[in-house]
Amino acid sequence: MGRVKVNNVSRRFIKDEESSTLALDNVNLEVEDKEFVCFIGPSGCGKTTLLRIISGLDKPDVGEVYLDDNKIDSPGPDRGMVFQEYSLFPWKSVIDNILFGPTMRGVKKKNALVEAEKYLELVGLQQFRNSYPYELSGGMKQRVAIARALANEPSVLLMDEPFGALDAQTRNILQQELLGIWQKKHITILFVTHSVDEAVFLADKIVLMSARPGKIKEIINVDLPRPRERTSLEVNVLRDRILKSLLKEQTK
Amino acid sequence: MVKKHLQILSEKSVEIVSKCSSLIRDKSTEIISICSVIVLWQIIAVYIVHNKFYLPSFTDVTFAFLEIMAKDARLSIMGIDFQIPVLVVNILAKLGIMVDPEIRLPVLIIDLIYSLVHFWIGLLSALIIGIPAGMIMGWFRTIERIVDPLIELIRPIPPLAWIPFAIIWIGLNPFAAGFLIFIGAVFPIIINTFTGFKSVSRVYVEAAKVLGCNTDRELIRYVALPSALPSIAAGIRIAMGVGWMCLVAAEMFGVSRNGLGYKIWHHYYLHNMDFVLVYMLLLGFLGLFIDRLLRYYIDGKLLKWRKGVVI
Repeated sequence: MGRVKVNNVSRRFIKDEESSTLALDNVNLEVEDKEFVCFIGPSGCGKTTLLRIISGLDKPDVGEVYLDDNKIDSPGPDRGMVFQEYSLFPWKSVIDNILFGPTMRGVKKKNALVEAEKYLELVGLQQFRNSYPYELSGGMKQRVAIARALANEPSVLLMDEPFGALDAQTRNILQQELLGIWQKKHITILFVTHSVDEAVFLADKIVLMSARPGKIKEIINVDLPRPRERTSLEVNVLRDRILKSLLKEQTK
Repeated sequence: MVKKHLQILSEKSVEIVSKCSSLIRDKSTEIISICSVIVLWQIIAVYIVHNKFYLPSFTDVTFAFLEIMAKDARLSIMGIDFQIPVLVVNILAKLGIMVDPEIRLPVLIIDLIYSLVHFWIGLLSALIIGIPAGMIMGWFRTIERIVDPLIELIRPIPPLAWIPFAIIWIGLNPFAAGFLIFIGAVFPIIINTFTGFKSVSRVYVEAAKVLGCNTDRELIRYVALPSALPSIAAGIRIAMGVGWMCLVAAEMFGVSRNGLGYKIWHHYYLHNMDFVLVYMLLLGFLGLFIDRLLRYYIDGKLLKWRKGVVI
């Protein structure tokens, strides 16, 4: 199960005694199990902070976050995370990177290896099994990062602009693949992005956030059937609406 | 059949010869450089200086080298004579082979063994103390603040200034020489390990945390240490260089009756400058060899994953 509940979460970053920024102001959100949710908003609106709080890497000043009624206060293998920066361990080969989570949890090496091979296959990189990260392209690195996060069998996958550094074509392909993985694995995905196209193409639900202090402005349900056509009329109408809303936010 | 084999054999030998000749061609500039310096040295020594005391010639040095290779001596370290075990001697005697249980080796080899013993005592203790110290300082901010000022105060003292205390604390034995080498080697190791740990990328630590690696011990073992390894390796290389530099001085004050550094002074007192030069050159070659060996091991085995990184 992967039901995420965010209750009255606020987070303030204190620089020095005088200046501080309120990154998140009283955020409330409920995400159903197996839902694909995209967070979008102007830069600095606290979407990454919210994701980090759900992952347990950051702590809220006020409020709490629940995963299936368990309060989150530290990182754990039930929440996988894919970062924007390339986060593969450069000293480990692809397969060892994927094995890292399971071995940390104490899974026997032999069983873990069988599982890891499965995830390697899921992202289609079997022939790069023994390569080191420096030998991979950006898109491949993020594919391995997804496989590594999934190898822990998390109920929620947190993705912080994972395709932000990739070129447009690779990005489209990876979006497609991610949807395929999501449909196969039935997990909840929380996906931070700055691309409206990406959000509209991927999400069941788009969470629109407003800039400083970070608040949820609007939650849009995307009822378009999948596979979605990137250039269809409905998609464009929705995109137009979100873009206008974002523009208002940025010029505010 | 035989013809075919012969053909393969001849092809192979042609291949080897062409490989050798291509090696000579590739390195021809380097080889010519070394050869001409040797010739120049010989000419200057024989025709211009012609005094063996001021500048021994290349041939003098070669003969001196052959002499220390030919002369042998008993192998004894720290007052213990090393002997072939009695059991082995007896067994060999039964087989009709008579051997002297005393191990006798060329003087040169014995000096080499002594110097390496001094060197490894120092370097190993520097590794055992330096790496953990650097790791703890790099990971825990409080410990860094406690230890760092002490290190910064002691570090600028030249290792050779420690000789009097080395003698008083440890005495005239190989461990005193090891202590000086330790002083020279430990600081580069601590500082490089420390810097390596300080510059572990935050994203690796966070990725590991999310994957279920949460305690300090696990994070150090599985993330910080491998990530800092290139820096630690560089520190070890510097430490080996510094330690090697300290070796001559460490053997100078009479910790043992053998050793490359000791022999430089010994032959200086005897005014055998050709022998002094042999030992100097040997120190240089051995230093080079140790460095190359380490580099080969570290770059080839330990840091395979860094091939793509431009240093």
